[in-house]
Amino acid sequence: MALLTLPSSQDITRQQLPNGITLLVRENFSAQSVVVTGMVATGAVNEIPEKQGLAAFTAAALMRGTASRDFASLHDDLESVGASLQISGGMHSVSFGGKCLHEDTPLLLDILQDALRSPVFPENQIERLRGELLTGIQIRQQNTRFMADRRFRELAYPPAHPYHRGLLGEAETIGQITQEDLHTFHREHFGPQDLIVVVVGHIETDAAIRLVSDALSDWANPHQRRTPELPAVPYLNAIHHQSQVIPGKSQADIVLGVPGPLRAAPDFQASRLANNILGIFGMYGRLGLEIREKHGLAYYCYSHLAGGIGPGAWRVIAGVDPTNVNQTVRRIRAEIKRLREELVSPSEMEDSRSQLTGILPLQLESNEGVANTIFAMERYGLGLDYLLTYHDTINALTAEDVQRAVARYWKPDGFALAVAGPELREAIDTSW
Amino acid sequence: MSYENVSRHVLDNGMVIILKEVHTAPVISWWVLYRVGSRNEQAGETGISHWVEHMMFKGTPRFPAGSLDRAIDRAGGTWNAHTWLDHTAYHATLPADRIDLALEMEADRMVNASFEPAEVEAERTVIISERQGSENHPSFWLREEVQAAAFRVHPYHHQIIGDMADLRTLSRENLFQHYHRYYMPNNAIGVAVGDFDSDAMLARIRQYYGSLPAGKPISDIQAREPQQLEERRITVEREGNTSYVQIAYHVPAATHDDWICLSALDSILGGPSGPGGGEIGHRTSRLYKGLVETQLAAGVSCDLSMTVDPYLLKFTAVVRDGRNHAEVETAIDNEIARLQERLVADNELTRAKKQAHAAYAYSNETVTGQAYYLAYSENVGGYQLFLDYPQRLAAVTAEDIRTVARRYLQKEKRTVGWFVPIGPRPANS
Repeated sequence: MALLTLPSSQDITRQQLPNGITLLVRENFSAQSVVVTGMVATGAVNEIPEKQGLAAFTAAALMRGTASRDFASLHDDLESVGASLQISGGMHSVSFGGKCLHEDTPLLLDILQDALRSPVFPENQIERLRGELLTGIQIRQQNTRFMADRRFRELAYPPAHPYHRGLLGEAETIGQITQEDLHTFHREHFGPQDLIVVVVGHIETDAAIRLVSDALSDWANPHQRRTPELPAVPYLNAIHHQSQVIPGKSQADIVLGVPGPLRAAPDFQASRLANNILGIFGMYGRLGLEIREKHGLAYYCYSHLAGGIGPGAWRVIAGVDPTNVNQTVRRIRAEIKRLREELVSPSEMEDSRSQLTGILPLQLESNEGVANTIFAMERYGLGLDYLLTYHDTINALTAEDVQRAVARYWKPDGFALAVAGPELREAIDTSW
Repeated sequence: MSYENVSRHVLDNGMVIILKEVHTAPVISWWVLYRVGSRNEQAGETGISHWVEHMMFKGTPRFPAGSLDRAIDRAGGTWNAHTWLDHTAYHATLPADRIDLALEMEADRMVNASFEPAEVEAERTVIISERQGSENHPSFWLREEVQAAAFRVHPYHHQIIGDMADLRTLSRENLFQHYHRYYMPNNAIGVAVGDFDSDAMLARIRQYYGSLPAGKPISDIQAREPQQLEERRITVEREGNTSYVQIAYHVPAATHDDWICLSALDSILGGPSGPGGGEIGHRTSRLYKGLVETQLAAGVSCDLSMTVDPYLLKFTAVVRDGRNHAEVETAIDNEIARLQERLVADNELTRAKKQAHAAYAYSNETVTGQAYYLAYSENVGGYQLFLDYPQRLAAVTAEDIRTVARRYLQKEKRTVGWFVPIGPRPANS
């Protein structure tokens, strides 16, 4: 039987290049592919509100033409060998992910460095991209799940906080972003400082280090700005709610949640285990059992814990018949209250511990899975031997730890609630 | 029988078993695919296959509702199911030393699913909610109407989720009969891929499935779609703010010799097709260049499926703000005409073949993906359809592509649908 070898300092090579780039490599010769993943240390947190969507726009425009490749030749080079590369702007990072057959790794890394370092933002391409982004905004305005989440963020985070705003911008801001804005954002925020690149797959470590060094080690940007400190986010101590009518829809989407823990928070794993019990384990956890299985109220009702660099949301998400909104919200609130007020049972603790530890062989099966895991180790400062102590960390969690974590983030009657869908026959009822 | 490290076996009760050893990670994926999907549904019972799939998660006397979900999660596994035109498939991927759980519970629910009346009723609202979720997307309404117009006779006419009227009226007896008719070993394909010894795995499969009784043989559906002789056009007007165009041409089944040539055509027009193709971009495809680069569309796709019976090659475009349906439709027509008139350039064909090679390699990097493609292709014409895909595509010539473009992409064989967004309807309409 194959042995599960957990990625660790024994088989991950970590190097820091003099210009601030951190490189991590792990070999896997059982696959034919090589996966390259990582991030540049900038994102929507670096935008001003008037330029909302600028980071994502800039990231999307990187592959629209560079100093040495126009749009057509860049994509022709990639696609002709069956390789792929995506670059997208997030809140705290511009992330990239590429994949190719191993013989094409030099090409993939060359295109990556070309896009990150030398974009030219050609005007005709920018206008084309702008149109696509605006149509995307139009489509999302009709998407009940997206719009419920959008309204939720406005309720859960104060206006001055970047999480209050959308990542992708609004029609007004995208319409006004100029070519010069893109150049400026790139010049001021893209650079090697704090850049992470992870290479996993059918490649020798020395070759990977050489290729990445050739591509990126001479990149310097003395103007590169650091990402700003996030303003504090208060716990929610009252119910903030809003509903948005989108005519012609059949289903209403509900998002109910609070700002959650940072990935680096000491109670992150306890929160994660609580979330697993609430809305994941055994087909959506307690929420799935109550709302989908017992009462047939929704096709989906689950919970999600973001746990990133900042206080990402801890949310419950449900799609229901519009006549069932209030009943569903009441049942969601009852489950959160129960989690806050009662210790979870030993069997539930054991179930979730078993799942969170047992899933590793599946998570680490593919090059992408290994690369994402190594990336998280680096990004969140978990250490390269994080997985070696992971079982002990999870197994040491107690029901009291779980309850404390829930009580810390979910205050009694303190949450944000957004509903998007057809007009509701009755108003949202926030009484018990 | 063994081919490319894949072995195929038939149990005495008729269940087909396909095995492939992969020893790169300590995981195994086990799939059971039943040869029943929306293709096997009659008017008045649309959506029944999908609903039965949901009921399979509602437990058996031995494994009550919810216990299976918990058992799989406790083992660190994942499981799921889906219903398609031609099949209903269940799978679990688990750490290799826990695979007996999947083998045992899948065998149990093949014959012992409970279909408790209260569970059926609770699931009715869940399924209606699932359909309502789809209805929230304008493209669903367009797809439903285009497909219904393209097929007058064949059950590919309706959506897999089923019509809302049927979801309100189907009974527990309807569902149970459907289950009894189609869920039996001689209508099932079992596929295991992963970290096992094939002889030992086959013995375990025999242990769990070998004694299940074969059921009454199922006669294949008789419906044959008559040849379409004129273009059909439909317009869907609903609330929204974005326009869509969909054009669907009748094309042959996956076992037809022309299918692989259409797959090459699909790659040239819309980007990498075939197993694993979704991982590769499509910005060098002709449709992207002809519609997105020209700023007529915000997105465009071309979609060919491997199906048991003749189905559709579908083009779908999101009309860019400020442009109109007719312009987009004309641009798609122009790309088709170009393909019918001139031979595809060598470099385009070479690219499609290299893409297929890479995509196939990617699709072989997870046990779940491999098992899925083996089970799927075994149902439509033999598991070799998956294994041979890159080689078959490599044999396609530019002449072949032009021939199938001329043969199948004819206006009288197509259905054109426009989604036209309108403002809010009055509240009482």
